[in-house]
Amino acid sequence: MSWIDIGHIDDVPLRGARLVKTEVGCVAIFRTDEAEVFAASNTCPHRQGPLSEGIVHGQKVTCPLHNWVFDLNTGEAQGADEGRITTYPVRLEDGRILLDGEAVSTRSAA
Amino acid sequence: MQKLVVIGAGMASGRLLEQLIDADPGAFEITLFNAEPRGNYNRIMLSPVLSGEKSFEEIVTHDDDWYATNKVTCRFGEKVLSVDTARKVVVGEKGEVAYDKLVFGTGSSAFIIPCPGHDLPGVVAFRDLEDTTAMTEAAAKPGARAVVIGGGLLGLEAAAALRLRGMEVTVLHIASHLMERQLDPAAGYLLKKDLERRGITVLLEASTKEIVGNGKAEQVNLADGTELPCDIVCMAVGIRPAVKLAQNSGIACGRAIKVDAQMRTETPDVYAVGECVEFEGNLFGLVAPLYDQAKVLAKTLLGQEETFAMRELSTKLKVTGCDLFSAGDFADGPGREDIVYRDPARGIYKRLVIEEDKLVGAVMYGDTADGNWFFGLIKDGTDISEMRETLIFGPSYQGGASVDPLSAVAALPPEAEICGCNGVCKGDIVAAIEAGATDLGAIKATTKASASCGTCTGLVEQVLSVTLGDEFVLPTAQPVCGCTDLPHEDVRRLIKAQELKSQEAVWQELGWKSRNGCHVCRPAINFYLLADWPLDYTDDPQSRFVNERNHANIQKDGTYSVMPRMWGGMTSPQELIAIAQAAEKYGATVKVTGGQRIDLLGVKKEDLPAIWYDLNEAGMVSGHAYTKGLRTVKTCVGSDWCRFGTQDSTGLGIKLEKKLWGSWTPHKVKLAVSGCPRNCAEATCKDVGIICVDSGYQVSVAGAAGMDVKETERLVDVRTEEEAIEWTTAFIQLYREHAKYLDRPYKWVAKVGLDWVKEVLADDAERQALVERFDISQSVYQKDPWAERAEPEAARRFQPLADLTLKAAE
Repeated sequence: MSWIDIGHIDDVPLRGARLVKTEVGCVAIFRTDEAEVFAASNTCPHRQGPLSEGIVHGQKVTCPLHNWVFDLNTGEAQGADEGRITTYPVRLEDGRILLDGEAVSTRSAA
Repeated sequence: MQKLVVIGAGMASGRLLEQLIDADPGAFEITLFNAEPRGNYNRIMLSPVLSGEKSFEEIVTHDDDWYATNKVTCRFGEKVLSVDTARKVVVGEKGEVAYDKLVFGTGSSAFIIPCPGHDLPGVVAFRDLEDTTAMTEAAAKPGARAVVIGGGLLGLEAAAALRLRGMEVTVLHIASHLMERQLDPAAGYLLKKDLERRGITVLLEASTKEIVGNGKAEQVNLADGTELPCDIVCMAVGIRPAVKLAQNSGIACGRAIKVDAQMRTETPDVYAVGECVEFEGNLFGLVAPLYDQAKVLAKTLLGQEETFAMRELSTKLKVTGCDLFSAGDFADGPGREDIVYRDPARGIYKRLVIEEDKLVGAVMYGDTADGNWFFGLIKDGTDISEMRETLIFGPSYQGGASVDPLSAVAALPPEAEICGCNGVCKGDIVAAIEAGATDLGAIKATTKASASCGTCTGLVEQVLSVTLGDEFVLPTAQPVCGCTDLPHEDVRRLIKAQELKSQEAVWQELGWKSRNGCHVCRPAINFYLLADWPLDYTDDPQSRFVNERNHANIQKDGTYSVMPRMWGGMTSPQELIAIAQAAEKYGATVKVTGGQRIDLLGVKKEDLPAIWYDLNEAGMVSGHAYTKGLRTVKTCVGSDWCRFGTQDSTGLGIKLEKKLWGSWTPHKVKLAVSGCPRNCAEATCKDVGIICVDSGYQVSVAGAAGMDVKETERLVDVRTEEEAIEWTTAFIQLYREHAKYLDRPYKWVAKVGLDWVKEVLADDAERQALVERFDISQSVYQKDPWAERAEPEAARRFQPLADLTLKAAE
């Protein structure tokens, strides 16, 4: 893995999200708690809703377009809906958010 | 006999001496230095000394007799000037001592925020007896005031102790909840409530700017302008390892003195123990690991093998009546699941954090009896998959128990108001039940509870159920969502009755089953709180749907539509030029809407602050075309131009829109004013529609032209514009205060009855009070959200956090 510093935890609102543009598309950084972040694809598999604009609750996010709910641990859609979003390795170090550069690069995928 | 010199007579080195002497009393000739003019005492019991519950003598661990009996040479009150590790001597103020083995137990010192005035007399830490004495003396003055900076363990113990001494105490804490390192926000909320109940003021997110005073600390000034007069300031914001002497002596230090698992420093025959050590990058502040270190070091000094290892820690607060416990790791990390239990009746909150079938963290408030059992599960890494379902009930409930859905109502005190319309308290209803009123009809007849608007019916039924037990069969109501068993009406009523003013308060006091709600309940609770407590509650953008958070309407392709306000549907050439230029600049599609304004579609999120800035420059503000709030006031040209117009319908529409814009409502609200009964503004299918006639204004409400189509119903006929505005405003405020989130006015009126609405609004005093409450809310919320977000700092939030595609291109 190659960790890339993408910003400070306080740049992401608590129970909110911010976007990161990457080679594999837009990745959403979700802040579910004071010191808890997740990274996943920004795009809902249903109608491509921007998940970073959804309501963040527990360790889940609700798509703003049609209320699909995804578990940020697994990326799996919850309830009756079927689908999955890609999740990416992310971690916190002294308040900095580190995203795995290899996972979001097209070169490593090749 | 070998010579052992120990620098610092604190709790860790004290434990070391006990272990050494117990194991082999003749092994060492011991010299003990201490900068404080006394020996080892139980520093963590300074809180009861400060409060007056204990005397200093009671917390002394080693008195003069103990040192004499064990032949420890005490050099108390004498500072160590230097250590010469080459010659193996310690240089004290009163002369040198040679050593064979040397132990640093220099502990830590309080961290003092370097704000202006931090060095004034009257600013103390809470570390030693001198600090404690200074605070005790300050408390002796009648009416004395203390400001405690720091809402962690130490600060809160100091605050509670000073309060017990009769001082007026204010705690300042920089984070958004107390003890944020040991507690989650829910437990922090309960702790704050407990402290406030005992008369301590707690200010969160409080940033200290300066301490001022004439020769001594007299006032603390906060960054937000708050001024707090005081007699003493206690800084309890953290500790720093005391390592200067070790550094000057050439001992290897990181953040503290580096030691290995045998407590050896990198210098031969020099050791360290306690808060002054750093082990594998960790520092230590709680007593349990310090005692472990002392035990290991005693063995090392005696030539025996022993290894120090980090272990899980648990925290308890030593404030009588504040029952809290936390252990393990309950904040970080993906792959974790929560189990939450709340009992509002008893003020209990428990949260367990589970990872891969193991308990990794626990936070408890109110009932911590099972704390050590959970702590054991965490330490041992026990597989809990078998008992997962009932785990949260502790070891004695492994058979299983369920949460009582009635507990929120059971917890209400008798004076809690259940029926807001008729001012009926829980106690009145209980008394009526005990006097024989055993169903809803009888309660209505005897107390009038739920006899007016009826929204408290669910609560009255719950009081019946709680009081009568199985004799009363509770009708099932549709709960808000899976997070609670309560329906909207009950939640609204309880927010008022219990004066719940934060989301944390609602979740705890109403027994929410989830950690922080879900996408269904969060927007509703956020609205109820801001509608009921406009001055106390701060709107939470993260509890809003995307449109209300971004102040634009999201479209199916992820772009947004932008719609500036056109007061009463009037515009000007200048505004139209600005709109046209903005449309061209940002590539927007232009659409004229049914609400008499112009929509710009297809704007990218990154461009929103810029287009808002451009429209603001031309004098336009947000049209709120995306809110559960006032949308538009549609008008016809009225008596200004129309040959049939009876009144100035355009003017009235503009006045109404200027009065009502910016307000949040349970669902969207649309108005229209027509200048004559021909009704060109289509006022009779709006939420509020006004028809102008020769004799004045016909105000009608509760129309619909969406999924349902419904004509408005007449609320009142008035003679003047002022009256029309007053009735309209009062109607909207009544709707804001009573309706269920996402009920349009016509649905709400169908539930409560137009007769009830008329009755309330016909009361002059009540109508004016409603308008006053609306005005108070507008003093907070009637602000252009675009202007606020077009500011550079806020605009930054609309851009991506990072762009890794640029880096990759290099």
